[in-house]
Amino acid sequence: MSPILFWIFAALTLGFGAATLLNRNPVASALCLVVSLLGLSALFFGLEAYFIAVIQILVYAGAVMVLFLFIIMLLDMKAEERRPISLPVLLGGAAVVGLFVTQIGLVLRSFPAGNAPFPPLAAGPLQDAHNIGMTLFSAYNLPFQVIGVLILVASIGVVVLSKRELK
Amino acid sequence: MQNLPWIILFTPLLSAVLIVLFTQRWRNLSALISIAAVFVSAAASIVLFRTLPDSTTAFQLPWLDFSALGIGFQVPIGITIDGLSKAMLLVVTCIGALIHLYSWAYMADDEGKSRYFAGLSFFMFSMLGIVFANNFLMMFIFWELVGVSSFILIGHWFYRPAPPAAANKAFICNRLGDFGFMLGILLVWTATQSVDFEVIKAKLPELAANPAFLPFATAAAICLFCGTVGKSAQFPLHVWLPDAMEGPTPVSALIHAATMVAAGVYMLVRVYFIISISPAAMEVIAVIGTITAVLAALMATQQDDIKRVLAYSTLSQLGYMVMAVGVASRDGAMFHLFTHAFFKALLFLGAGSVILACHHEQNIWKMGGLWKKQPITLLTFAAATLALMGVYGFSGFYSKDAILIAASEHHPWIFYAGLFTAFLTAFYMTRLFVVVFFGKARTEAAGHAHESPAVMLIPLVLLAIPSVVAGYHGVIANFLPTPAHEAASNVPYIASGLGLLGIALGFLLYRGQEKDPIRIPLLANKFYFDEFYALLIWNTQDLLARISGFIDRWILDTALVRGLSSGTWGFGFALRFIQCGNLQAYALLFGAGVVALFYFILFYK
Amino acid sequence: MVTLNDYLLVSGLLFALGLAGVLLRRNILIIFMALELMLNAANLSLVAFSRFGTVSGLPNYNGQMLVFFIITVAAAEVAVGLAIIVALYRARQTTNVEDLNSLKF
Repeated sequence: MSPILFWIFAALTLGFGAATLLNRNPVASALCLVVSLLGLSALFFGLEAYFIAVIQILVYAGAVMVLFLFIIMLLDMKAEERRPISLPVLLGGAAVVGLFVTQIGLVLRSFPAGNAPFPPLAAGPLQDAHNIGMTLFSAYNLPFQVIGVLILVASIGVVVLSKRELK
Repeated sequence: MQNLPWIILFTPLLSAVLIVLFTQRWRNLSALISIAAVFVSAAASIVLFRTLPDSTTAFQLPWLDFSALGIGFQVPIGITIDGLSKAMLLVVTCIGALIHLYSWAYMADDEGKSRYFAGLSFFMFSMLGIVFANNFLMMFIFWELVGVSSFILIGHWFYRPAPPAAANKAFICNRLGDFGFMLGILLVWTATQSVDFEVIKAKLPELAANPAFLPFATAAAICLFCGTVGKSAQFPLHVWLPDAMEGPTPVSALIHAATMVAAGVYMLVRVYFIISISPAAMEVIAVIGTITAVLAALMATQQDDIKRVLAYSTLSQLGYMVMAVGVASRDGAMFHLFTHAFFKALLFLGAGSVILACHHEQNIWKMGGLWKKQPITLLTFAAATLALMGVYGFSGFYSKDAILIAASEHHPWIFYAGLFTAFLTAFYMTRLFVVVFFGKARTEAAGHAHESPAVMLIPLVLLAIPSVVAGYHGVIANFLPTPAHEAASNVPYIASGLGLLGIALGFLLYRGQEKDPIRIPLLANKFYFDEFYALLIWNTQDLLARISGFIDRWILDTALVRGLSSGTWGFGFALRFIQCGNLQAYALLFGAGVVALFYFILFYK
Repeated sequence: MVTLNDYLLVSGLLFALGLAGVLLRRNILIIFMALELMLNAANLSLVAFSRFGTVSGLPNYNGQMLVFFIITVAAAEVAVGLAIIVALYRARQTTNVEDLNSLKF
């Protein structure tokens, strides 16, 4: 992937990610998040993780975001009124986030091996979905089954939580 | 013949077991069993004395065997038969038999008769064990058993307040001494790797050749002597013996006059070969004996309880014996032990007869005028009193002179103290005798007194005979080696003179008196030894209690227990302000925690 | 030339963005979206490392497996979380976390 495309998609991801948080209207936030996640998916393409990129679009940008929008509509949320954010919260949050970014930067600076170019892949077409399937159903078979159970439990939980009698 | 020692030793035990297990309810049957057992022992002892040769190894039962542990340490129940143990055996069984007989009448109406006779039989067994012991461990075990049976018998009337207290006191004082005895045994064992008297005796000369062994021997000898201090009630542990008079009078006669308290002296003589190595230890023994003799005689002059006068006199005479061992006259010590056992048992039994006649009154100032009513008691008591005073012709004269001669050769001050004691002995015995038997009856009980039953008088008469004759050279030589009597010595004359002076003084002072003309509170209160010990213990205990109270209240309770709890509570109180309920505050703390974790993992060097 | 560190930088920034959103926004739905951003930041790192550590000419699929599971769990989490938010909204008629502070001493 050319550096230009990378930086464009990275800027897209980060910019719309920031817009998600800055918007006061939840619907607008959700739509910004969709764009951010699409940008992320493009970055996955750039890393030649085609299967993951497609899943990202289908699950996140598709299903999850539809769920979000659906709930926003259900709750009939308005744009929230502007409330002054308290100074200690702002300072505390900024301090924690700033320290975190600093740490990430320091870690990256002390990791020169990461500045090397990505190693080339083998020549010929990359059978990505095939390879992932092989790995998933051989080495990761048991976790795969467990995840199935998890989703079942989550579905039941959602049904229980959504019942109207629950107070 | 070969079974004789075992018969002597185990018959009393068998009787005690029978009584405790089967015949508790039939009091007279229990008494009969016990009396029969002791007479069997006594008869067997006489046969043994006449037939068996001296031997230390002929009779052995395997007992404790540690050879399986690779130590090679064995302790048998072994029996020593030599002149010493034979004589002691006769004293214990014969006096024991007479006192058992006497108890039949004295304890006739007692509810606990079975218990009493079981205790008496058990005591006989324990005492015979000490006499027979051929090794230290066996002696120590029986030594403790004697202490236990003494405890049981002193506390016989346990429902009264005084006897249990006296029993406890006796037992604790004995334990103090026995602890030293045990240390002494361990020291001897460390040096010789054996507890057997014969083996130790064989090994000692080699060890004693090394001058570095002397301090060790001194320590061991003094520790062993501690056992005597406890058991024979020497100063400073003498306080238990007068209190032990709370027990029944026959018990006082048997245990606390004739046999058990003499066991300390017997033990000293038995281990004389160890003690004699160390001159320093001998000095200590002589001085302790002298102090006990003088102090006890002084205290005896101001006691009002007939049994207590006799108890202090016992203390004083035991001091004499210990002193005799200390001045290297073990023959004198054993001689005096032998004669003293007879006349002191007789004195106690006579006192018991008087006490019973006066309806259990023990205060001598509430008696008086008994000479008409109890002539046989009077005569036998007089014989024993004269023997104790050391009047010429009675047994005490010979044994006491033997000790005094040895003392005069050893050190003048010990000799003077012995003479002073002899004078005091004559004085307080005259006081006792005059106040109890002469004058007129001072209470109604004494006025209605009558002579005791025959079963009590027979032992008195039988004991009166050896009290008189046991000292004659022709008699004693059959039983014990007698000290060489120096005909040229003028000690007997001095002692007799002082004795007569004491008798005259006592007679003049106390004839026809209604109450004691002399009052010396210091002596009447036994030099305040009990009060001093009580204060000492009270103060020590109070101090310890204060210290431990302080530790408990301030260090354990406040600092540890309450400090921990209030610390936990305080932390909880402080930390609950973090629980503000705001989700983002939690998230902030969580984020801060993550940042801190990163810092510590990645950057903290 | 795009290097691993570039991807990691983007990932870190995205995570920081999500963290800031969680800490500073008060609408619980937006906070939830910020959480999704943080999860995706992690995914980006994983995929980048998977591509970086090739095994005989292929990406290291173990990393991608983890991403696969994260996406699945995140989907389940979103379902349950949104159900909780709906229940919460029914009970309290608000989505502002400052008004949801009854869980304290």
